[in-house]
Amino acid sequence: MEITVRLYLTFRTGRFRVETRECPAGATAAGVARDLEIRDADIGMVLVNDRQAELEQQLLPGDTLSLFPVVGGG
Amino acid sequence: MDALRALLAERADGDVVAWADHAEVMRRFGLDCPSAEEAILSAGFLPARYRRNRQTISTELQLRLHRSTVAVVGCGGLGGYVIEELARLGIGRLVAIDPDAFEEHNLNRQLLSSPAAIGQSKAQAAERRVADINPGIVVRPVEVAFSPETAADSFGGVDVVVDAADSVPIRLQLADACSQLKIPLVHGAIAGWYGQVCTVMPGDETLRHLYGRGSEPKGVEVVLGNPSFTPAVVASFEAAEVCKILLEQGCLLRNQILVIDLLHMEVDHIRF
Repeated sequence: MEITVRLYLTFRTGRFRVETRECPAGATAAGVARDLEIRDADIGMVLVNDRQAELEQQLLPGDTLSLFPVVGGG
Repeated sequence: MDALRALLAERADGDVVAWADHAEVMRRFGLDCPSAEEAILSAGFLPARYRRNRQTISTELQLRLHRSTVAVVGCGGLGGYVIEELARLGIGRLVAIDPDAFEEHNLNRQLLSSPAAIGQSKAQAAERRVADINPGIVVRPVEVAFSPETAADSFGGVDVVVDAADSVPIRLQLADACSQLKIPLVHGAIAGWYGQVCTVMPGDETLRHLYGRGSEPKGVEVVLGNPSFTPAVVASFEAAEVCKILLEQGCLLRNQILVIDLLHMEVDHIRF
């Protein structure tokens, strides 16, 4: 199935900002992140179609997945 | 008050009161500086230091800021700039919370730091800095780290809390505490060229969204560090949010996040 992936901040480095990708039916946000070699522990916010989501959420065709790194400095 | 008004009317430039006359109010009426500022603003006059605020903030609203209390959790990178800006804005009472002392590696970005300040308390430095730039402001330095157990005491009478912390778990605890105490929280965080800011009203789950499971205490700042300009940018957004909350004006970053990329000069405004 086809989804759109949006990456933010450091996740863009060496990857992309926005990309339409093929992924298996039933793929999860975690699975897509793994395919992009993004560690679970580095992921802060996950949005699916601009709504907060868990990494375990199954994606549907046409979904937009957004991944943000943890920014914690002060 | 009639004698005060008469003095101000005699000396003011229109309705603007110069610093020398603020001092005369203190002397003649036996007031400390914050009390004199309260008296001047209550009488409908504007201390001259706020003259350049007035196109944005009326005298009446300047009095509201003077009567407000803001707690800043962290007096380091973000906190130093937040405290500076809120003091210059005219927030009447600040609670500066930080258990740490300055170290040499703070010098690249922490506004309150200097070589002479190494080894000194960050919270006390905040108190000294504000006394220097705006003695009409009262600062309560708290040299104890924020914790859920100290929240009620630290945040008693506080109108807004500013997140200038440097740890994910602390931030999540801070959000929970502010929600329970029903105090708005302005969140900010930085890492390298990047930053984020939002406002969390009691009951909002925004920081849980941002930090997921909160399993890691730190983020990409461990790898990227923090140059001088990033905390200044994010702190300024935080200060603006504080001002809007207190004045009940403008649009808040509530249920939204501003994600800032200074390397590519891009700002993403994420709305939930």
